[in-house]
Amino acid sequence: MENSPLSISFAGLQLPNPTMLASGVMGYTAESFLRIAKGGAGAIVTKSVSTEPRAGYANPIVVQTESGLLNAVGLPNPGIDIFAEEIKYTKTLLHVPLIVSVFGYSAEEYATTAKKAVKAGADAIELNVSCPHVKQTGAEIGQSPKLLTEVVQQVRDAINKPLIVKLSPNVTNIATLAQTAVEAGADALTAVNTLKALAIDSETQLPILSNIKGGLSGPAVKPVALRCVYDIAEAVDVPIIGCGGIANWRDAIEFFLAGATAVQIGTTVADNMEVFQAITKGVDTYLRQKHYGSVKEIVKLAHRK
Amino acid sequence: MSNLPTANNTMRTTQIVNIRTESPTVKTYTFIDSLCSKARPGQFLMLWIPGIDEIPLSIMNTTNDLVSVSVKAIGDATRHLHTLETGTTIGIRGPFGNSFTENQGRVLLIGGGTGTAPLLFLAKQLITNAKHLAFVEGAKTKNELLFISELDGVCQEKNIITTTEDGTAGLQCLVTQPLANLLDKEHFDMIYTCGPEIMVKKIFEITEQHKLPLEASLERLMRCGIGLCGSCMIGKYRVCRDGPVFTAAQLREVKDELGISKIGFDGSRIPVYT
Repeated sequence: MENSPLSISFAGLQLPNPTMLASGVMGYTAESFLRIAKGGAGAIVTKSVSTEPRAGYANPIVVQTESGLLNAVGLPNPGIDIFAEEIKYTKTLLHVPLIVSVFGYSAEEYATTAKKAVKAGADAIELNVSCPHVKQTGAEIGQSPKLLTEVVQQVRDAINKPLIVKLSPNVTNIATLAQTAVEAGADALTAVNTLKALAIDSETQLPILSNIKGGLSGPAVKPVALRCVYDIAEAVDVPIIGCGGIANWRDAIEFFLAGATAVQIGTTVADNMEVFQAITKGVDTYLRQKHYGSVKEIVKLAHRK
Repeated sequence: MSNLPTANNTMRTTQIVNIRTESPTVKTYTFIDSLCSKARPGQFLMLWIPGIDEIPLSIMNTTNDLVSVSVKAIGDATRHLHTLETGTTIGIRGPFGNSFTENQGRVLLIGGGTGTAPLLFLAKQLITNAKHLAFVEGAKTKNELLFISELDGVCQEKNIITTTEDGTAGLQCLVTQPLANLLDKEHFDMIYTCGPEIMVKKIFEITEQHKLPLEASLERLMRCGIGLCGSCMIGKYRVCRDGPVFTAAQLREVKDELGISKIGFDGSRIPVYT
């Protein structure tokens, strides 16, 4: 695995290939993680988990628009104490890194949940400071340099595993927030979470999502995500995981060229659980044809002057 | 399997054109929707009750551009739906999920409660090619036995067995009761079932003992309906996308969960009670 041109290592994590399951998609059970891993994912990121259980929002929680998928599921999760059992069980079966996504309503909650996740066997923690549709957490933390610093520092002090911070695109300058996260102790950054968005039905004249607003994903957000990765790569030196609208190997290559070391895939997984294999194969062919020895060699190439 | 779009199946609004009362707790709603009118038996749609909820419903019938669903008033959303009148605007996504195969041999359909709805739809398709069609339907009480007159039009009366828990019509027993006896006496090439999960589990155990093929439609908490959110997982399968129809071979893979546990609103594993 170490010798494969597709294997990557970053922030202390070893991945057999640079594709990962993005948080929020089929992320509750060991059985689903295993199925995604069989589809070729190089790492798994769980749904976001908090200290206490959370039921999420009433339906509708998704709107399929002509230009992307809008969702406001509302961070449903069983709470870390119950989810810890799922982490333990998953770790006995899974052969790729398991990254547990964590959120909270205070720095203490983030730290407590991250600590319990690591104790249960998480290989790394990804902080959800970027969910656009739940109040007093997610993006409300990631949009504030002060709160972001507090949360990242407290989690950094609480765990001895790689710490990834997932950033929101719903900010004026994502590069400065990336710097803030790195200065507070982030080992890597995921860019980006969904774009805050709205869908209204013209006939009933009502917002469709029960939560009114949600996050947009799918191919529509790819150019925005790509720009975010590019901006972050100019500002910080930690590894970046590109996320947003990636559906095929060419999308993945574009993210590597913009500065990403790995990519996360979410929305596309619903239609194709083998998308990870397909992307890895396409990336492999691309590297061979262009005579590169590893993914690392093409990271950030689009920045050359 | 259907080739209708799942990924780009945007919601459209339409009006309820007909409401029929089937039983004290069940009504059938009919509306115009071109995409769902092409659905195969077993597929479901997501029905948006504006400002209230969005719920998954098995498709019960299609004719021309019309599609019908049968709804039992059991929760807030379905009780609200029961108060709506014709002309009310609703939203539709779908049809989603896979469908029953259409066996041409001797087939047996077993429906429990509103689980009878997709099986009636299936029976209407099977009638042209299947050699023999038998139906077992179970309900709590006589006036909750659904679609009896329509079933009479599809199957011969001697091939319909009804059961009620209180004995007010048909045999007084659970729908699973007459099954073992029937399977001992007659050969079937395919068994189809839909109903409460505990019932499906029991039927699965009986068809396994008789080494008979089975296709069962399952119901779970559904949120996105398109295979993303993970709320409807059973084992490694998504009921909304890999199902809702599962074969005996697939049910064997998930027998540790079938009729035992499911995913709750908060993502924890909770017991299945019905």
